Amino acid sequence: MNIMDALLSQYIDAYYLHIMVLIGINIILALGLNITTGVTGQLSMGHAGFMSIGAYTAAILSIHMGLPFWGSLLGGATAAAGFGFLLGLPTLRLEGDYLAMITIGFAEIIRVFFLNFEPGGKALGLSGIPEHTTFSVVWMIAIVVIVLNVKLLHSRIGRSFYAIRENEIAAEAAGINTTRLKVLSFMVGAFLAGLGGGLYAHYMTYIAPQDFGFMKSIEFLNMVVLGGMGSIPGTILGTVVLTLAPEMLRIVAEYRLLFYGAMLVILMIFRPNGLLGDVRWYDIKKRWFSKEVKTWES
Amino acid sequence: MGILTLEGVSQEFGGLLALDDVSLDVENEKIFGIIGPNGAGKTTLFNIITGIYTPTSGKVKYQGHQINGVPPYDVARMGIGRTFQNIRLFNKLSVLDNVKVGCHGVTKAGILSALFGLPGERLEEKEITLRSCKLLEMVDLYEKRMEYADNLSYGEQRKLEIARALALKPALLLLDEPAAGMNASEKVSLMTFIKEIRNNENLTILLVEHDMNVVMNICEQIAVLDYGRKIADGPPEQVKNDEKVIQSYLGVEA
Repeated sequence: MNIMDALLSQYIDAYYLHIMVLIGINIILALGLNITTGVTGQLSMGHAGFMSIGAYTAAILSIHMGLPFWGSLLGGATAAAGFGFLLGLPTLRLEGDYLAMITIGFAEIIRVFFLNFEPGGKALGLSGIPEHTTFSVVWMIAIVVIVLNVKLLHSRIGRSFYAIRENEIAAEAAGINTTRLKVLSFMVGAFLAGLGGGLYAHYMTYIAPQDFGFMKSIEFLNMVVLGGMGSIPGTILGTVVLTLAPEMLRIVAEYRLLFYGAMLVILMIFRPNGLLGDVRWYDIKKRWFSKEVKTWES
Repeated sequence: MGILTLEGVSQEFGGLLALDDVSLDVENEKIFGIIGPNGAGKTTLFNIITGIYTPTSGKVKYQGHQINGVPPYDVARMGIGRTFQNIRLFNKLSVLDNVKVGCHGVTKAGILSALFGLPGERLEEKEITLRSCKLLEMVDLYEKRMEYADNLSYGEQRKLEIARALALKPALLLLDEPAAGMNASEKVSLMTFIKEIRNNENLTILLVEHDMNVVMNICEQIAVLDYGRKIADGPPEQVKNDEKVIQSYLGVEA
Protein backbone atom coordinates (compact mmCIF):
# COMPACT_ATOMS: atom_id res chain seq x y z
CA MET A 1 0.00 0.00 0.00
CA ASN A 2 2.93 2.30 0.67
CA ILE A 3 4.05 1.80 -2.89
CA MET A 4 0.66 2.72 -4.19
CA ASP A 5 0.54 5.88 -2.12
CA ALA A 6 4.03 6.81 -3.26
CA LEU A 7 3.01 6.36 -6.87
CA LEU A 8 -0.17 8.34 -6.42
CA SER A 9 1.59 11.25 -4.79
CA GLN A 10 3.98 11.30 -7.76
CA TYR A 11 1.25 11.73 -10.32
CA ILE A 12 -1.60 13.43 -8.47
CA ASP A 13 -1.52 16.87 -6.96
CA ALA A 14 -1.41 16.80 -3.15
CA TYR A 15 -4.46 19.06 -2.96
CA TYR A 16 -6.59 16.62 -4.98
CA LEU A 17 -5.32 13.69 -2.95
CA HIS A 18 -6.27 15.56 0.21
CA ILE A 19 -9.82 16.07 -1.03
CA MET A 20 -10.10 12.45 -2.14
CA VAL A 21 -9.04 11.29 1.32
CA LEU A 22 -11.61 13.58 2.93
CA ILE A 23 -14.30 12.22 0.60
CA GLY A 24 -13.38 8.67 1.59
CA ILE A 25 -13.56 9.46 5.32
CA ASN A 26 -16.85 11.31 4.89
CA ILE A 27 -18.35 8.42 2.94
CA ILE A 28 -17.65 6.08 5.85
CA LEU A 29 -19.21 8.53 8.31
CA ALA A 30 -22.21 9.36 6.13
CA LEU A 31 -22.96 5.70 5.46
CA GLY A 32 -23.07 5.22 9.22
CA LEU A 33 -25.60 8.00 9.63
CA ASN A 34 -27.49 6.65 6.62
CA ILE A 35 -28.12 3.41 8.48
CA THR A 36 -29.42 5.14 11.61
CA THR A 37 -31.34 8.01 10.06
CA GLY A 38 -31.81 7.18 6.40
CA VAL A 39 -32.69 3.51 6.69
CA THR A 40 -34.08 3.06 10.19
CA GLY A 41 -35.56 6.55 10.33
CA GLN A 42 -34.18 7.48 13.75
CA LEU A 43 -33.21 11.13 13.46
CA SER A 44 -29.73 11.39 14.96
CA MET A 45 -28.21 14.84 15.06
CA GLY A 46 -25.17 13.95 17.13
CA HIS A 47 -23.11 12.02 14.63
CA ALA A 48 -20.07 14.22 15.23
CA GLY A 49 -20.23 13.20 18.90
CA PHE A 50 -19.66 9.57 17.98
CA MET A 51 -17.00 10.65 15.53
CA SER A 52 -15.11 12.50 18.26
CA ILE A 53 -15.31 9.50 20.59
CA GLY A 54 -13.75 7.38 17.86
CA ALA A 55 -11.15 10.02 17.02
CA TYR A 56 -10.01 10.65 20.60
CA THR A 57 -10.05 6.98 21.58
CA ALA A 58 -8.04 5.95 18.53
CA ALA A 59 -5.60 8.84 18.97
CA ILE A 60 -5.01 8.13 22.65
CA LEU A 61 -4.62 4.41 21.98
CA SER A 62 -1.99 5.24 19.33
CA ILE A 63 -0.09 7.84 21.32
CA HIS A 64 -0.21 6.55 24.89
CA MET A 65 -0.74 2.83 24.49
CA GLY A 66 1.39 2.44 21.39
CA LEU A 67 -1.21 0.27 19.74
CA PRO A 68 -0.76 -0.43 16.02
CA PHE A 69 -2.90 1.64 13.66
CA TRP A 70 -5.47 -1.07 12.98
CA GLY A 71 -5.83 -1.80 16.68
CA SER A 72 -6.52 1.80 17.62
CA LEU A 73 -8.94 2.26 14.71
CA LEU A 74 -10.90 -0.77 15.87
CA GLY A 75 -10.70 0.42 19.48
CA GLY A 76 -12.09 3.83 18.54
CA ALA A 77 -14.92 2.37 16.51
CA THR A 78 -15.82 -0.10 19.26
CA ALA A 79 -15.83 2.66 21.89
CA ALA A 80 -18.18 4.73 19.73
CA ALA A 81 -20.46 1.72 19.20
CA GLY A 82 -20.48 1.16 22.97
CA PHE A 83 -21.63 4.73 23.52
CA GLY A 84 -24.20 4.21 20.78
CA PHE A 85 -25.53 1.29 22.77
CA LEU A 86 -25.57 3.22 26.05
CA LEU A 87 -27.32 6.19 24.46
CA GLY A 88 -29.67 4.12 22.34
CA LEU A 89 -31.00 1.83 25.01
CA PRO A 90 -32.85 4.44 27.07
CA THR A 91 -33.64 6.92 24.29
CA LEU A 92 -34.84 4.92 21.32
CA ARG A 93 -38.29 4.60 22.81
CA LEU A 94 -38.57 8.27 21.91
CA GLU A 95 -39.27 9.35 18.39
CA GLY A 96 -38.45 12.03 15.87
CA ASP A 97 -37.96 15.44 17.43
CA TYR A 98 -37.32 14.12 20.92
CA LEU A 99 -34.61 11.79 19.75
CA ALA A 100 -33.06 14.63 17.72
CA MET A 101 -32.93 16.82 20.86
CA ILE A 102 -31.31 14.09 22.91
CA THR A 103 -28.69 13.30 20.29
CA ILE A 104 -27.83 17.01 19.99
CA GLY A 105 -27.48 17.15 23.76
CA PHE A 106 -25.33 14.04 23.79
CA ALA A 107 -22.94 15.41 21.16
CA GLU A 108 -22.62 18.67 23.12
CA ILE A 109 -21.88 16.77 26.34
CA ILE A 110 -19.16 14.83 24.54
CA ARG A 111 -17.69 18.02 23.11
CA VAL A 112 -17.63 19.73 26.50
CA PHE A 113 -16.18 16.61 28.05
CA PHE A 114 -13.25 16.66 25.64
CA LEU A 115 -12.82 20.41 26.29
CA ASN A 116 -11.98 19.46 29.87
CA PHE A 117 -10.31 16.12 29.25
CA GLU A 118 -6.69 16.20 30.43
CA PRO A 119 -5.26 13.33 28.32
CA GLY A 120 -7.01 14.86 25.29
CA GLY A 121 -5.19 18.16 25.68
CA LYS A 122 -8.33 20.06 26.73
CA ALA A 123 -9.21 22.99 24.47
CA LEU A 124 -5.75 22.92 22.88
CA GLY A 125 -6.56 19.60 21.31
CA LEU A 126 -4.47 16.54 20.81
CA SER A 127 -1.46 16.81 18.54
CA GLY A 128 1.30 14.48 17.50
CA ILE A 129 -0.97 11.68 16.39
CA PRO A 130 1.03 9.40 14.09
CA GLU A 131 0.07 9.88 10.46
CA HIS A 132 -1.14 6.51 9.23
CA THR A 133 -4.19 7.35 7.16
CA THR A 134 -3.35 7.53 3.49
CA PHE A 135 -5.34 7.53 0.31
CA SER A 136 -5.16 3.79 -0.19
CA VAL A 137 -5.95 2.96 3.45
CA VAL A 138 -9.02 5.20 3.43
CA TRP A 139 -10.36 3.93 0.15
CA MET A 140 -9.72 0.31 0.98
CA ILE A 141 -11.72 0.70 4.18
CA ALA A 142 -14.38 2.76 2.40
CA ILE A 143 -14.86 0.05 -0.22
CA VAL A 144 -15.14 -2.64 2.43
CA VAL A 145 -17.67 -0.47 4.30
CA ILE A 146 -19.70 0.08 1.12
CA VAL A 147 -19.77 -3.64 0.31
CA LEU A 148 -20.78 -4.58 3.86
CA ASN A 149 -23.43 -1.85 3.81
CA VAL A 150 -24.95 -3.28 0.65
CA LYS A 151 -24.92 -6.75 2.17
CA LEU A 152 -26.46 -5.55 5.41
CA LEU A 153 -29.28 -3.63 3.76
CA HIS A 154 -30.22 -6.59 1.59
CA SER A 155 -30.36 -8.96 4.53
CA ARG A 156 -33.07 -9.84 6.98
CA ILE A 157 -31.77 -7.25 9.44
CA GLY A 158 -31.54 -4.50 6.82
CA ARG A 159 -35.07 -5.15 5.62
CA SER A 160 -36.36 -4.84 9.16
CA PHE A 161 -34.50 -1.52 9.51
CA TYR A 162 -36.45 -0.21 6.52
CA ALA A 163 -39.66 -1.71 7.92
CA ILE A 164 -39.18 0.18 11.20
CA ARG A 165 -38.81 3.42 9.26
CA GLU A 166 -41.89 2.73 7.17
CA ASN A 167 -44.28 1.56 9.88
CA GLU A 168 -43.26 0.61 13.37
CA ILE A 169 -46.54 -0.99 14.43
CA ALA A 170 -46.70 -3.16 11.34
CA ALA A 171 -43.05 -4.09 11.89
CA GLU A 172 -43.84 -5.33 15.39
CA ALA A 173 -46.79 -7.29 14.05
CA ALA A 174 -44.35 -9.03 11.71
CA GLY A 175 -42.32 -10.22 14.70
CA ILE A 176 -39.64 -7.53 14.68
CA ASN A 177 -38.29 -6.52 18.08
CA THR A 178 -38.17 -2.86 17.13
CA THR A 179 -36.38 -1.57 20.24
CA ARG A 180 -33.57 -4.07 19.84
CA LEU A 181 -33.13 -3.37 16.15
CA LYS A 182 -33.22 0.38 16.64
CA VAL A 183 -30.43 0.07 19.20
CA LEU A 184 -28.54 -2.15 16.76
CA SER A 185 -28.87 0.39 13.95
CA PHE A 186 -27.71 3.10 16.34
CA MET A 187 -24.68 1.00 17.23
CA VAL A 188 -23.79 0.27 13.60
CA GLY A 189 -24.09 3.99 12.82
CA ALA A 190 -21.91 4.90 15.80
CA PHE A 191 -19.36 2.22 14.90
CA LEU A 192 -18.89 3.68 11.43
CA ALA A 193 -18.73 7.19 12.92
CA GLY A 194 -16.00 6.02 15.30
CA LEU A 195 -14.13 4.35 12.45
CA GLY A 196 -14.28 7.54 10.40
CA GLY A 197 -13.21 9.54 13.43
CA GLY A 198 -10.17 7.32 13.95
CA LEU A 199 -9.17 7.68 10.31
CA TYR A 200 -9.66 11.43 10.53
CA ALA A 201 -7.45 11.71 13.63
CA HIS A 202 -4.66 9.70 12.01
CA TYR A 203 -4.91 11.78 8.87
CA MET A 204 -4.98 15.27 10.38
CA THR A 205 -2.53 14.26 13.16
CA TYR A 206 -4.24 16.94 15.23
CA ILE A 207 -7.76 16.98 16.66
CA ALA A 208 -9.55 19.46 18.88
CA PRO A 209 -13.05 19.52 20.36
CA GLN A 210 -14.20 22.27 18.02
CA ASP A 211 -13.66 19.96 15.02
CA PHE A 212 -16.68 17.96 16.16
CA GLY A 213 -19.28 20.63 16.81
CA PHE A 214 -22.96 20.70 15.99
CA MET A 215 -22.36 21.95 12.45
CA LYS A 216 -20.29 18.86 11.74
CA SER A 217 -23.26 16.67 12.66
CA ILE A 218 -25.51 18.74 10.42
CA GLU A 219 -23.02 18.38 7.58
CA PHE A 220 -23.36 14.58 7.71
CA LEU A 221 -27.13 14.83 7.96
CA ASN A 222 -27.06 17.05 4.85
CA MET A 223 -25.08 14.43 2.96
CA VAL A 224 -27.63 11.72 3.76
CA VAL A 225 -30.70 13.85 3.10
CA LEU A 226 -29.30 15.42 -0.06
CA GLY A 227 -28.21 12.07 -1.46
CA GLY A 228 -31.44 10.31 -0.59
CA MET A 229 -32.43 8.79 2.74
CA GLY A 230 -31.66 5.11 2.89
CA SER A 231 -29.94 4.92 -0.49
CA ILE A 232 -26.30 3.84 -0.49
CA PRO A 233 -25.40 5.28 -3.92
CA GLY A 234 -27.35 8.39 -2.95
CA THR A 235 -25.42 8.86 0.26
CA ILE A 236 -22.12 8.40 -1.56
CA LEU A 237 -23.12 10.94 -4.21
CA GLY A 238 -24.35 13.35 -1.55
CA THR A 239 -21.06 13.04 0.28
CA VAL A 240 -19.02 13.64 -2.86
CA VAL A 241 -21.09 16.69 -3.82
CA LEU A 242 -21.05 18.24 -0.36
CA THR A 243 -17.35 17.59 0.20
CA LEU A 244 -16.43 19.03 -3.17
CA ALA A 245 -18.83 21.97 -3.06
CA PRO A 246 -16.92 24.13 -0.54
CA GLU A 247 -13.72 23.52 -2.53
CA MET A 248 -15.31 24.32 -5.89
CA LEU A 249 -16.92 27.40 -4.43
CA ARG A 250 -13.55 28.86 -3.51
CA ILE A 251 -13.83 30.94 -6.70
CA VAL A 252 -16.57 33.05 -5.15
CA ALA A 253 -14.37 33.64 -2.11
CA GLU A 254 -16.26 35.21 0.78
CA TYR A 255 -19.66 34.36 -0.73
CA ARG A 256 -18.81 30.69 -0.45
CA LEU A 257 -21.23 29.81 2.34
CA LEU A 258 -23.98 31.81 0.70
CA PHE A 259 -23.68 29.77 -2.48
CA TYR A 260 -23.40 26.57 -0.48
CA GLY A 261 -26.67 27.31 1.29
CA ALA A 262 -28.41 28.35 -1.90
CA MET A 263 -27.26 25.13 -3.56
CA LEU A 264 -28.81 23.08 -0.76
CA VAL A 265 -32.11 24.93 -1.02
CA ILE A 266 -32.28 24.57 -4.80
CA LEU A 267 -31.41 20.88 -4.71
CA MET A 268 -34.07 20.22 -2.11
CA ILE A 269 -36.69 22.03 -4.17
CA PHE A 270 -35.97 20.04 -7.31
CA ARG A 271 -35.15 16.70 -5.71
CA PRO A 272 -37.17 16.60 -2.46
CA ASN A 273 -36.41 12.92 -1.96
CA GLY A 274 -32.70 13.50 -2.39
CA LEU A 275 -30.58 13.07 -5.48
CA LEU A 276 -31.01 9.30 -5.71
CA GLY A 277 -33.61 8.76 -2.99
CA ASP A 278 -36.29 7.36 -5.26
CA VAL A 279 -34.10 5.79 -7.91
CA ARG A 280 -33.86 2.02 -7.96
CA TRP A 281 -31.69 -0.20 -10.15
CA TYR A 282 -34.80 -2.15 -10.98
CA ASP A 283 -36.59 0.87 -12.45
CA ILE A 284 -33.55 1.88 -14.48
CA LYS A 285 -33.24 -1.60 -15.90
CA LYS A 286 -36.96 -1.71 -16.65
CA ARG A 287 -36.82 1.59 -18.49
CA TRP A 288 -33.91 0.46 -20.66
CA PHE A 289 -35.62 -2.81 -21.31
CA SER A 290 -38.92 -1.24 -22.35
CA LYS A 291 -37.09 1.11 -24.72
CA GLU A 292 -35.52 -1.88 -26.41
CA VAL A 293 -38.95 -3.43 -26.82
CA LYS A 294 -40.29 -0.28 -28.44
CA THR A 295 -37.50 -0.07 -31.00
CA TRP A 296 -38.09 -3.73 -31.78
CA GLU A 297 -41.75 -3.07 -32.53
CA SER A 298 -41.12 -0.06 -34.75
CA MET B 1 -60.99 -25.29 24.81
CA GLY B 2 -60.15 -23.49 21.61
CA ILE B 3 -56.97 -22.02 20.23
CA LEU B 4 -57.72 -18.58 21.68
CA THR B 5 -59.69 -17.83 24.81
CA LEU B 6 -60.43 -14.53 26.48
CA GLU B 7 -61.54 -14.59 30.09
CA GLY B 8 -63.23 -11.50 31.46
CA VAL B 9 -61.09 -9.04 29.51
CA SER B 10 -61.61 -5.36 30.33
CA GLN B 11 -59.77 -2.37 28.94
CA GLU B 12 -60.00 1.11 30.36
CA PHE B 13 -58.66 4.24 28.68
CA GLY B 14 -58.55 6.84 31.45
CA GLY B 15 -62.05 6.26 32.73
CA LEU B 16 -63.52 5.17 29.43
CA LEU B 17 -64.39 1.51 29.50
CA ALA B 18 -63.60 0.33 25.97
CA LEU B 19 -64.09 -3.35 26.76
CA ASP B 20 -66.13 -4.62 29.65
CA ASP B 21 -65.67 -8.18 30.85
CA VAL B 22 -65.51 -9.81 27.43
CA SER B 23 -65.06 -13.58 27.24
CA LEU B 24 -64.55 -15.44 24.00
CA ASP B 25 -63.66 -18.95 23.00
CA VAL B 26 -62.34 -19.29 19.45
CA GLU B 27 -62.23 -22.88 18.27
CA ASN B 28 -59.43 -24.26 16.19
CA GLU B 29 -59.72 -23.88 12.41
CA LYS B 30 -62.93 -21.92 12.58
CA ILE B 31 -63.72 -18.62 10.92
CA PHE B 32 -64.86 -16.44 13.79
CA GLY B 33 -66.48 -13.07 13.19
CA ILE B 34 -66.69 -10.10 15.52
CA ILE B 35 -69.30 -7.50 14.66
CA GLY B 36 -70.73 -4.45 16.34
CA PRO B 37 -71.37 -0.76 15.81
CA ASN B 38 -68.54 1.75 15.49
CA GLY B 39 -66.71 2.26 18.76
CA ALA B 40 -67.88 -1.05 20.16
CA GLY B 41 -64.32 -2.10 20.93
CA LYS B 42 -63.62 -4.50 18.09
CA THR B 43 -60.25 -3.08 17.11
CA THR B 44 -59.34 -2.66 20.79
CA LEU B 45 -59.96 -6.36 21.17
CA PHE B 46 -57.55 -7.07 18.29
CA ASN B 47 -54.94 -4.79 19.82
CA ILE B 48 -55.23 -6.65 23.10
CA ILE B 49 -54.85 -10.04 21.46
CA THR B 50 -51.77 -8.91 19.51
CA GLY B 51 -50.16 -7.37 22.57
CA ILE B 52 -50.32 -3.70 21.59
CA TYR B 53 -52.44 -3.05 24.69
CA THR B 54 -52.22 -4.90 27.97
CA PRO B 55 -55.76 -5.36 29.27
CA THR B 56 -56.69 -3.67 32.54
CA SER B 57 -58.02 -6.97 33.81
CA GLY B 58 -58.72 -10.44 32.49
CA LYS B 59 -56.73 -13.12 30.74
CA VAL B 60 -55.91 -13.84 27.11
CA LYS B 61 -54.82 -17.38 26.42
CA TYR B 62 -53.40 -18.64 23.15
CA GLN B 63 -52.77 -22.35 22.76
CA GLY B 64 -52.86 -22.63 26.54
CA HIS B 65 -50.29 -19.88 27.18
CA GLN B 66 -51.27 -16.63 28.78
CA ILE B 67 -50.32 -13.87 26.33
CA ASN B 68 -51.50 -10.64 27.92
CA GLY B 69 -48.42 -8.61 28.72
CA VAL B 70 -46.33 -10.34 26.05
CA PRO B 71 -44.82 -7.74 23.65
CA PRO B 72 -46.33 -7.61 20.13
CA TYR B 73 -43.32 -9.09 18.36
CA ASP B 74 -43.34 -12.14 20.62
CA VAL B 75 -47.08 -12.58 20.10
CA ALA B 76 -46.41 -12.49 16.37
CA ARG B 77 -43.64 -15.07 16.70
CA MET B 78 -46.00 -17.36 18.60
CA GLY B 79 -48.07 -17.53 15.43
CA ILE B 80 -50.63 -14.73 15.51
CA GLY B 81 -50.63 -12.74 12.28
CA ARG B 82 -52.78 -9.69 11.70
CA THR B 83 -53.86 -7.07 9.21
CA PHE B 84 -54.87 -3.52 10.04
CA GLN B 85 -58.06 -1.58 9.55
CA ASN B 86 -56.16 1.40 8.18
CA ILE B 87 -53.68 -0.34 5.92
CA ARG B 88 -50.16 -0.36 7.32
CA LEU B 89 -47.79 -1.45 4.60
CA PHE B 90 -44.12 -0.60 4.23
CA ASN B 91 -44.87 1.89 1.47
CA LYS B 92 -41.39 2.55 0.18
CA LEU B 93 -40.45 -1.11 0.04
CA SER B 94 -41.20 -3.35 -2.88
CA VAL B 95 -44.19 -5.69 -2.70
CA LEU B 96 -41.82 -8.65 -2.44
CA ASP B 97 -39.83 -7.03 0.37
CA ASN B 98 -43.04 -6.37 2.28
CA VAL B 99 -43.73 -10.09 2.37
CA LYS B 100 -40.10 -10.89 3.11
CA VAL B 101 -40.21 -8.60 6.15
CA GLY B 102 -43.25 -10.61 7.20
CA CYS B 103 -40.97 -13.66 7.40
CA HIS B 104 -38.85 -11.91 10.03
CA GLY B 105 -40.46 -13.59 13.00
CA VAL B 106 -39.82 -17.10 11.70
CA THR B 107 -36.24 -16.59 10.50
CA LYS B 108 -33.13 -15.98 12.53
CA ALA B 109 -30.12 -14.79 10.52
CA GLY B 110 -28.24 -12.19 12.56
CA ILE B 111 -26.17 -9.21 11.52
CA LEU B 112 -22.82 -11.01 11.39
CA SER B 113 -24.00 -13.89 9.24
CA ALA B 114 -25.48 -11.29 6.87
CA LEU B 115 -22.28 -9.26 6.69
CA PHE B 116 -20.12 -12.26 5.94
CA GLY B 117 -22.69 -14.06 3.81
CA LEU B 118 -22.55 -17.31 5.77
CA PRO B 119 -24.12 -20.32 4.03
CA GLY B 120 -26.95 -20.55 6.59
CA GLU B 121 -27.99 -17.00 5.87
CA ARG B 122 -27.91 -17.48 2.10
CA LEU B 123 -30.02 -20.61 2.33
CA GLU B 124 -32.54 -18.86 4.58
CA GLU B 125 -32.67 -15.91 2.19
CA LYS B 126 -33.39 -18.22 -0.74
CA GLU B 127 -36.11 -19.98 1.20
CA ILE B 128 -37.93 -16.83 2.21
CA THR B 129 -37.69 -15.39 -1.30
CA LEU B 130 -39.25 -18.56 -2.65
CA ARG B 131 -41.94 -18.65 0.00
CA SER B 132 -42.73 -14.97 -0.43
CA CYS B 133 -43.10 -15.45 -4.19
CA LYS B 134 -45.48 -18.34 -3.59
CA LEU B 135 -47.56 -16.24 -1.22
CA LEU B 136 -47.65 -13.42 -3.77
CA GLU B 137 -48.79 -15.85 -6.43
CA MET B 138 -51.57 -16.92 -4.10
CA VAL B 139 -52.87 -13.34 -3.85
CA ASP B 140 -52.22 -12.60 -7.56
CA LEU B 141 -49.54 -10.03 -6.89
CA TYR B 142 -46.53 -11.95 -8.23
CA GLU B 143 -46.41 -9.85 -11.40
CA LYS B 144 -46.23 -6.69 -9.32
CA ARG B 145 -43.59 -7.91 -6.89
CA MET B 146 -41.12 -5.17 -7.75
CA GLU B 147 -43.58 -2.29 -7.49
CA TYR B 148 -43.55 -0.04 -4.45
CA ALA B 149 -46.30 -1.09 -2.08
CA ASP B 150 -47.96 2.32 -2.20
CA ASN B 151 -48.35 2.07 -5.97
CA LEU B 152 -50.83 -0.79 -5.56
CA SER B 153 -54.57 -0.29 -5.68
CA TYR B 154 -56.55 -0.36 -2.47
CA GLY B 155 -57.80 -3.91 -2.92
CA GLU B 156 -54.31 -5.10 -3.81
CA GLN B 157 -52.91 -3.44 -0.72
CA ARG B 158 -55.40 -5.33 1.43
CA LYS B 159 -54.35 -8.58 -0.22
CA LEU B 160 -50.69 -7.74 0.29
CA GLU B 161 -51.33 -7.21 3.98
CA ILE B 162 -52.85 -10.68 4.18
CA ALA B 163 -49.88 -12.16 2.31
CA ARG B 164 -47.51 -10.44 4.70
CA ALA B 165 -49.41 -11.78 7.70
CA LEU B 166 -49.34 -15.29 6.20
CA ALA B 167 -45.57 -15.08 5.82
CA LEU B 168 -45.34 -15.50 9.59
CA LYS B 169 -46.77 -19.01 9.21
CA PRO B 170 -49.49 -18.11 11.69
CA ALA B 171 -51.90 -20.52 13.34
CA LEU B 172 -54.29 -17.67 14.05
CA LEU B 173 -54.95 -14.88 11.58
CA LEU B 174 -56.68 -11.67 12.63
CA LEU B 175 -58.29 -9.68 9.83
CA ASP B 176 -59.45 -6.17 10.67
CA GLU B 177 -62.15 -5.20 8.16
CA PRO B 178 -60.68 -7.05 5.20
CA ALA B 179 -63.56 -6.08 2.89
CA ALA B 180 -63.54 -2.36 3.65
CA GLY B 181 -63.53 -0.31 0.48
CA MET B 182 -63.93 -3.27 -1.84
CA ASN B 183 -66.59 -3.52 -4.54
CA ALA B 184 -69.08 -6.39 -4.74
CA SER B 185 -67.04 -8.67 -6.99
CA GLU B 186 -63.87 -8.05 -4.99
CA LYS B 187 -65.79 -9.03 -1.87
CA VAL B 188 -66.90 -12.30 -3.42
CA SER B 189 -63.36 -13.22 -4.40
CA LEU B 190 -62.16 -12.17 -0.94
CA MET B 191 -64.65 -14.55 0.67
CA THR B 192 -63.52 -17.52 -1.40
CA PHE B 193 -59.93 -16.52 -0.73
CA ILE B 194 -60.42 -16.46 3.04
CA LYS B 195 -62.11 -19.85 2.98
CA GLU B 196 -59.34 -21.20 0.77
CA ILE B 197 -56.49 -20.12 3.02
CA ARG B 198 -58.31 -21.48 6.05
CA ASN B 199 -58.62 -24.88 4.38
CA ASN B 200 -55.14 -24.97 2.85
CA GLU B 201 -53.13 -23.66 5.76
CA ASN B 202 -55.20 -25.05 8.65
CA LEU B 203 -55.70 -21.56 9.97
CA THR B 204 -58.03 -20.18 12.53
CA ILE B 205 -59.36 -16.84 11.35
CA LEU B 206 -60.75 -14.10 13.52
CA LEU B 207 -62.24 -11.23 11.60
CA VAL B 208 -63.85 -7.89 12.27
CA GLU B 209 -66.18 -6.79 9.52
CA HIS B 210 -69.05 -4.42 8.91
CA ASP B 211 -70.33 -6.04 5.75
CA MET B 212 -73.08 -8.38 6.99
CA ASN B 213 -73.15 -10.22 3.69
CA VAL B 214 -69.49 -11.20 4.09
CA VAL B 215 -69.81 -12.00 7.77
CA MET B 216 -72.93 -14.16 7.48
CA ASN B 217 -71.51 -16.00 4.49
CA ILE B 218 -68.13 -17.07 5.77
CA CYS B 219 -68.21 -16.99 9.56
CA GLU B 220 -68.98 -20.15 11.42
CA GLN B 221 -69.34 -18.35 14.70
CA ILE B 222 -70.03 -14.72 15.48
CA ALA B 223 -69.67 -12.59 18.57
CA VAL B 224 -71.45 -9.25 18.78
CA LEU B 225 -69.98 -6.33 20.76
CA ASP B 226 -71.86 -3.24 21.80
CA TYR B 227 -70.36 -0.50 23.97
CA GLY B 228 -67.56 -2.83 24.97
CA ARG B 229 -69.89 -5.60 26.11
CA LYS B 230 -70.49 -8.90 24.41
CA ILE B 231 -74.21 -9.12 23.78
CA ALA B 232 -74.40 -12.30 21.73
CA ASP B 233 -72.26 -15.22 20.66
CA GLY B 234 -73.13 -18.14 18.42
CA PRO B 235 -73.57 -19.41 14.86
CA PRO B 236 -74.75 -16.86 12.25
CA GLU B 237 -78.37 -18.03 12.18
CA GLN B 238 -78.75 -17.61 15.91
CA VAL B 239 -77.04 -14.21 16.01
CA LYS B 240 -79.07 -12.93 13.09
CA ASN B 241 -82.30 -13.55 15.00
CA ASP B 242 -81.12 -12.37 18.38
CA GLU B 243 -83.35 -9.62 19.81
CA LYS B 244 -80.53 -7.57 21.29
CA VAL B 245 -78.38 -7.75 18.18
CA ILE B 246 -81.21 -6.62 15.96
CA GLN B 247 -81.91 -3.71 18.26
CA SER B 248 -78.39 -2.47 18.68
CA TYR B 249 -76.77 -3.26 15.38
CA LEU B 250 -78.67 -4.94 12.60
CA GLY B 251 -81.67 -2.66 12.93
CA VAL B 252 -85.38 -3.36 12.81
CA GLU B 253 -87.04 -3.61 9.43
CA ALA B 254 -89.52 -0.84 8.92
